[in-house]
Amino acid sequence: MSDESDKPANPLHLHLSSGPHIFSGRSTAQIMWMVNLSLLPALLWAWAVFGWAVLAITLSSILGCVIAEYAVCRIAKTASTIADGSAVCSGLLLAYTLPPGMPIWMPFIGGMLALIFTKGIFGGLGYNIFNVALVGRAMMMATFPVEMTTRWLTPALGKADAVSAATFLGQIKLGGQEALTKMLAALPDGGQLWFEFFLGMRAGSIGEVSVLMILLGAAFLLWKGIIKLYIPLSILVGVALMAPFSPAPAIYMLSGGLWLGAFFMATDYVTSPTQPRGQIIFGLGIGLLTGIIRNWGGYPEGICYAIMLMNILTPALNDWFRPKRLTAGGAPS
Amino acid sequence: MSEHRTPPPVSTMLMRGLFEENPIFRLALSLCPAVAVTTAVKNGLMLGVAVLVVQVLSSMSGSLVKHIINPKIRIPVFTLLIAIWVSAMDMILAAYFADVYQQVGLYVKLIVAFAIIISRMELFSMKHSVVPCFWDGLGMGLGFLVGLVLAGAFRELLGSGSIFGIAVLPFKPLLLVVLPAGGFFTIGLIMALFNWVDIKRGHKLPAGGGGAHG
Repeated sequence: MSDESDKPANPLHLHLSSGPHIFSGRSTAQIMWMVNLSLLPALLWAWAVFGWAVLAITLSSILGCVIAEYAVCRIAKTASTIADGSAVCSGLLLAYTLPPGMPIWMPFIGGMLALIFTKGIFGGLGYNIFNVALVGRAMMMATFPVEMTTRWLTPALGKADAVSAATFLGQIKLGGQEALTKMLAALPDGGQLWFEFFLGMRAGSIGEVSVLMILLGAAFLLWKGIIKLYIPLSILVGVALMAPFSPAPAIYMLSGGLWLGAFFMATDYVTSPTQPRGQIIFGLGIGLLTGIIRNWGGYPEGICYAIMLMNILTPALNDWFRPKRLTAGGAPS
Repeated sequence: MSEHRTPPPVSTMLMRGLFEENPIFRLALSLCPAVAVTTAVKNGLMLGVAVLVVQVLSSMSGSLVKHIINPKIRIPVFTLLIAIWVSAMDMILAAYFADVYQQVGLYVKLIVAFAIIISRMELFSMKHSVVPCFWDGLGMGLGFLVGLVLAGAFRELLGSGSIFGIAVLPFKPLLLVVLPAGGFFTIGLIMALFNWVDIKRGHKLPAGGGGAHG
């Protein structure tokens, strides 16, 4: 353009700005509240099989996160970001990783620690390098090791009495094949075990037990286009590659926090790669690490640490698989 | 060999080690022992005292010998000087405080390699006479001591629910705080507090302090 004067050179008054130009029309708050909504089926299921304590634990965890978020905003003298739903989401997800028999005050402490040390210190939503809920869980594992690993309950539809139980992966870790045989023998119908696990009639953390309910929520998010299948599928593939090392591969795939982690935690926008190729490597890494920790590590379940380990690699994966910019001629610049 | 510089006022030399150039929280030196020993106040106090004594004596003896050593070999000579005081300190602590020494003995020997001590000898003892070196060493040593005691008190209180081994906390302590990760959180929090106080006093964020690196 030869004319560099002040008057607008463009008679059409086109709005000129740098990209991205395509908007989904959704705000962060809308997305976060839709994620929270999609998490509700799993909570309802947990309430149905484990009782009211589950709701108290969840509320305690959410309160811890929201209060900490509010405090961080006050200290940083920024506008309160409670309404965007991200703190509620962190609180929900943290509660979902906890045993249903846990003392109610502990999730409150865990939620506060998670929010302050994962999000607050790094500068708020979008700046955290780790998934907030998972750091909360890891901190609680280090802080309350006994309560975090022993307060499992036997699921019972319509019954209020809580019976303590052991988790499948915990049994395998402790007793191997013999423990598994004993567990199978104790069931009235051994052949339907995989279905019970799929439905959620098993001991485990609050939000992880029902694969069906997790899939219901995930289907909603997929339909709304909030998450894509690259990460969850590649995680499942990674774990499936490790399943043959387990005495019961089918149950192995349906156990632990695998599905919750794959669909709701590994897909966190802030801490996962943005490009499909990066996402696939991210997911495969999580799946393989989960299997390695489960099979040969010190913990019965590894998805929490696997996701956190791969979170560290996210910036590198984004860098390696940066989309090529197209110039006018279509050639990458 | 340079002439002695005019030393700053005693209060400046003392406060510099405690606040402006606090070895742990401003210069971020010797973080490994600072995290490792501060699981209890008593341990932090013992290592702090050991560093304080070694720092004062090393700074003073460094100032004494600087005119008779070839500057090219000053670093080995300084290291030997530090090693003398550390050995003496090590034996005294092992003899009189055997129970605490069991837990922090390893780090007492490591004082030889603490960057803060040799950096004060390089930066201060080389340019000043013995008396200012005493004050400078005292300030730096006190800064280290106060840092270790602060971190130790915080971690013992929250992580074990006690102070000097006496239970004071009415609720279940947070085990995480006494684990190594909690040590880093604690040091980071106190560092943030130091920076916050500094900003409140109208200073800008520190850019590394007195040039002591490593």
